[in-house]
Amino acid sequence: MKNLLWIQGLSCNGNTQSLLNAENPYFYELFQKVELLYHPSFSYRENLQTVLKRIDSDKLKVNFLVVEGAVTSDMKFHRTGNYTIAQILQKLKDKVDYIIAAGNCASFGNIPATLSCNPDVTGLQFRFTQKGGLFPSDFKTKSGYPIINIPGCPMHPAWFTQTIIALLEGRKIVLDSFNRPKELFMYLSHDGCIRNEYFEWKVEGEEFGHKEGCLFYNLGCRGPMTHAPCNKILWNGISSKTRAGMPCIGCTEFDFPLRRNYFETKKNIGIPEEVPLGVTKRAYLTITGVAKTFKNERLNKKLEETD
Amino acid sequence: MSKIRKLTKEERKKEIVKVACRLFAERGYYNTTIPDIAEELGMSVGNLYNYFRSKEELAKYIMQYSSKLLGEEIHKINQQDIPTKEKIYKIVRKFFEIGQEQPELIEYFLRVFLSNREVFEEGCEGFLCVQEVVTELMLFLEEGARKGDFRQQDFFPAFVTLMGPLGGMVFLQGENVLPKEPVEYSQELAENIWRALKAD
Ligand code: SF4
Repeated sequence: MKNLLWIQGLSCNGNTQSLLNAENPYFYELFQKVELLYHPSFSYRENLQTVLKRIDSDKLKVNFLVVEGAVTSDMKFHRTGNYTIAQILQKLKDKVDYIIAAGNCASFGNIPATLSCNPDVTGLQFRFTQKGGLFPSDFKTKSGYPIINIPGCPMHPAWFTQTIIALLEGRKIVLDSFNRPKELFMYLSHDGCIRNEYFEWKVEGEEFGHKEGCLFYNLGCRGPMTHAPCNKILWNGISSKTRAGMPCIGCTEFDFPLRRNYFETKKNIGIPEEVPLGVTKRAYLTITGVAKTFKNERLNKKLEETD
Repeated sequence: MSKIRKLTKEERKKEIVKVACRLFAERGYYNTTIPDIAEELGMSVGNLYNYFRSKEELAKYIMQYSSKLLGEEIHKINQQDIPTKEKIYKIVRKFFEIGQEQPELIEYFLRVFLSNREVFEEGCEGFLCVQEVVTELMLFLEEGARKGDFRQQDFFPAFVTLMGPLGGMVFLQGENVLPKEPVEYSQELAENIWRALKAD
């Protein structure tokens, strides 16, 4: 049976919490298919130092190394025994088949990397938009893959389990330019949002949590420019932020923590500064100008009051 | 006739627009018929209907035509890498130049489009027939504010601050009270618009 080692850098543990909610396969089902060597939150018999020693002396071969959290080589900010997370990773990098960055911090650095007093905090192979993090951009593991990024704050458990299972089954994974599995991240979180009709007719919501209205224009929704299948693979199998009336905040993207005012759409003279991916601003303004001229009666009513 | 026959369909439409614009503005929309326009053009009524299926369609087309013309010019100015203030001057000047070269378009706008709204109710509602101009001005204002040149505000007040003076000027010209051509006021007008919109 293949095995998996989970280690943590600067992390809030959110991706671990998320993984506990996995369904189809469930958390326990996943770890019947792959042996969990060690996880800081669940392992009580094993000890990371012992596991590391066995790997170091080639007594143990690791297939999947999962990293949760941003990394640093500064002992003041993170240490496991006498090692920093960076040192542990340097030891392991050539000995494992795959390295998977679980969550936005391990992928791109995220909030820990905004820490001005420690400029050394980074993601594994990216630091925000910049290619190259702890590992250079051309780094590849034994399997030939670079670090496989599964961003999200947190990541959805199914994004993780699907990736692991695909690799276990020997399927090839195509990655996008930020090393995210394309199969998952080729979708925008806007795709499949139940507010698409409101988006098309430019009927905008003014408040959080309402059933009606699109959240793009007034409430800062990043759905149309965020790569994430949040409205395809629902959260807890039930819903998503935008379905519930909370704007997408773009947490799967490399620049997630660099923005300000998450619940505001940046506008200049009333015109959105950024427009949906794939269209020019000129095209977007033309089409929305036309849409605003007409009125879709149904969308201007409370849903309960429609026929 | 032989000269007209050589024109492409688009060029011919342009000819029709020019003549129709003038007649509509001179005689009024309701007092001008398709046969009148055909006669003035020296073409048969049947042939004119090949271009426009009705007087209303022609009336709306003239608006779309003008919007496209001005929109394309503003588009070119938008593409240039010059300071925002200079762009205002270029837009103002271009507007008046078009008015000077094709005065019938301005006349039409003032005396037909603004005076016979019922004709344009369906198919030209809102900004539908002038979308190109509005889109280009949106892009222009957005960029100016993004660069920090313009003060942030709602779109409509900024829009009328920019376009209002231009309309006012050609209106005064139509009333024959302007001592100079509108284009000669471009510099001063552009300065006023800039001062009204610029960031403090
Ligand atoms: S709420 Fe967001 S994701 Fe949903 S339709 Fe509007 S912009 Fe798209």
